[in-house]
Amino acid sequence: MAEVLVKKYDTDELIEKTGYDDHFHEHHDGDKYRSNFINTYIFSMDHKIIARQFLITGMIWALIGAAMSVIFRLQLGFPDSNMAWLKPLLGKWITVDNGVGALDPNFYYALVTMHGTIIVFMVLTAGLSGTFSNLLIPLQLGARDMASPFLNMLSYWFFFLSSVIMFYSLFIATGPFSGGWTGYPPLSALPQASSGSGAGATLWIVSLVFFVVSVLLGGVNYITTVLNLRTKGMSLWRMPLTIWAFFVTAIIGLLSFPVLASAFFLLTFDRSLGTSFFLNEIVVKGEILDYAGGSPILFQHLFWFLGHPEVYIIILPAMGLTSEVLSVHARKPIFGYKAMVLSILAIAFLSFIVWAHHMFMSGVNPFISNIFVIFTLIIAVPSAVKVFNWITTLYGGNIRLNTPMLFAIGFVSMFISGGLTGIFLGNSAIDIQLHDTYFVIAHFHIVMGVAAFFGMFAGIYHWYPKMYGRFMNSTLGKIHFWGTLIGAYAIFWPMHYTGLAGVPRRYYKFDVFDAFGQFAELNMFITIAAAIVFGVQVLFVINFFYSIWYGKKVKTRNPWGANTLEWTTPINAGHGNWDGNLPVVHRWAYDYGKDGYDFIPQHVPVSEDESVVH
Amino acid sequence: MESTSGIKLTNSYNRSKIHPHKFALYVSMASIIMMFAGLTSAFVVRRAAGNWLEFYMPQEFYISAAVIVVSSICLHLSIRSFKRGSEAGYRLFMILAMICGIAFVGLQYSGWLTLDAGGISVDGNPSGSFVYAISGLHAAHVVGGIAVLLVCALRAFTVPYKRTERRLIRLELSAIYWHFVDILWLYLLFFMIWQM
Repeated sequence: MAEVLVKKYDTDELIEKTGYDDHFHEHHDGDKYRSNFINTYIFSMDHKIIARQFLITGMIWALIGAAMSVIFRLQLGFPDSNMAWLKPLLGKWITVDNGVGALDPNFYYALVTMHGTIIVFMVLTAGLSGTFSNLLIPLQLGARDMASPFLNMLSYWFFFLSSVIMFYSLFIATGPFSGGWTGYPPLSALPQASSGSGAGATLWIVSLVFFVVSVLLGGVNYITTVLNLRTKGMSLWRMPLTIWAFFVTAIIGLLSFPVLASAFFLLTFDRSLGTSFFLNEIVVKGEILDYAGGSPILFQHLFWFLGHPEVYIIILPAMGLTSEVLSVHARKPIFGYKAMVLSILAIAFLSFIVWAHHMFMSGVNPFISNIFVIFTLIIAVPSAVKVFNWITTLYGGNIRLNTPMLFAIGFVSMFISGGLTGIFLGNSAIDIQLHDTYFVIAHFHIVMGVAAFFGMFAGIYHWYPKMYGRFMNSTLGKIHFWGTLIGAYAIFWPMHYTGLAGVPRRYYKFDVFDAFGQFAELNMFITIAAAIVFGVQVLFVINFFYSIWYGKKVKTRNPWGANTLEWTTPINAGHGNWDGNLPVVHRWAYDYGKDGYDFIPQHVPVSEDESVVH
Repeated sequence: MESTSGIKLTNSYNRSKIHPHKFALYVSMASIIMMFAGLTSAFVVRRAAGNWLEFYMPQEFYISAAVIVVSSICLHLSIRSFKRGSEAGYRLFMILAMICGIAFVGLQYSGWLTLDAGGISVDGNPSGSFVYAISGLHAAHVVGGIAVLLVCALRAFTVPYKRTERRLIRLELSAIYWHFVDILWLYLLFFMIWQM
């Protein structure tokens, strides 16, 4: 094998000589940025701090959301066991009868609802896209900060406000909203429908409205920054795939979240002004209510017009992070860069015309369903292109099996496993048997839940040195990886079988269904696996916070030998990211193993004897 | 070097000719359009399902449409005067634009009263509910615009006149949004007449 050469260059000298002078450091705006504790760490306008705020808030939510799943898994795995030991935590939601504590069924539904809402919105939208879009868009594009740092700060604080309201709703007397994370009427529209439909649902709607505001403010900023503030030489086709993913994610969010706002707007009319947008003749607790002519299906259309793009808002950033991490740690250019970008765009386009596949069994015309089946199955094409390219990127690579790389490979594994069942569920005929069963639970948890978490973990381990100037502990990281990978399959793989057998989701217990009795032990197994996986995540959180103060220090600017611009900044970059000039870009982000050189970063000028230049 | 707006703009390497804040505003407008697209498509879907009461739009809605168009023209003239150095025109048309804006919201309100008096209540047939919801949400966006115009008018009268790039950008940003809610109402009104 030929000897691997290392390109010799001095980043500071290069940026000084060839960089772009934007007169940034002639300003004196230090009083607005980092002059005291409050504007440095709390009301910060610096994108790197805002990224960390999103990340840590998201981590707190992830712990809450995951803990909820362990509690309802206890109910499903051990339905008749004594839960009195949970009384100190859950209070009145554990009813003790003859010394045997049981989980209140209303609270079971609240837990399921909150778990979905928290993980989908608070963790995998704000915590994932919010963190990495903020951190990487300016750094990888060679910008000083976002187009509007002020709106960026507002974006975080709207998310914070939304979080506070959602968190508060967990503690009210009637319990948090319990009508499912999709918030279908009538459970969400009639305050008297269930205990969580009153104040709980109001807080849920208010919280999510602020959440939408946060996403929109963030998205406007991401799009504007990507299109306007790329450094010299950074053409769209030279952007790293991470940026493409964040950019397209922001566009999807900006076009789909407003529709959710419309749905909530009409829902609020139904809740408080007596309109009948989503309500028809209905009887609650023996009382005939004065509603006529509305349609709950209408809400489902509006909800899923956001809801389906939302799953790509979750998965695209994870795909972007995975592409980058795979390429860096395989020391190979990403395979089929343009195909990767085009498939991101194709997925984004298709995401808007498949929403009714969530409603095949809701009374949608079967002929209309056919159209949605076709578009849904077409999504398999760009998805398969991406999977193929990730695998071919790995093929023949000089692979470093460190923690970020393991998680990136884990992402690909999860995405394949979960994606395949999507082809089952995309067929409206098969949906007759599989809808609302554990098969659906298994599918979407693997493909967009666990997979997105893997992408996020890959990103956290990989960019941790950029965020905190230290490494995370790699032994703990590997325990985290193997525990999560094996554990996640142990949890969700068996659910395919229970789902095929017709076990419905969202049931409190199955003791009156003899046919499902055979799954009692399987359910126990799943619950034990879930508890172990939760423990492993706690280990990750400990590793994360421990490493902030005690992790191994980063000694060189570019510890992974990566090509992207964030590694040309000082190890602990200050406001404005680069000390002097902005780096100028001369090539794409994937010159790994080119002409015998291990890697050639984007800011290194093209030499005369180079082969193909992208 | 002067930054070009009230909100601190990091300078970076700005590659496009359009001002980043204008661009951001256009992107936000796309988002508002999607919100109303959601509402109007819900309107179409619900109407197709039957049990749908048809009625005429109140006269006030037509007058308000004319008023908000006049308001847009005034704002345009105000900015033109600002560019040409005519301080009096800049102030006068700014005030007129704002007054027309406030009159618009008043007319919408009296339109709702007329509807209600005619038996089209908020909680009656969904067709009426949709008209209230859509025009109400639009009015909320106009109120946001009035707040912006109020700031513009205050500055026109309190800050000594000086033609700077930064002030021009602020005025143009305000005008883009104001023309946007204007055109949005024309579309919504046309849509509701066409659908009834």
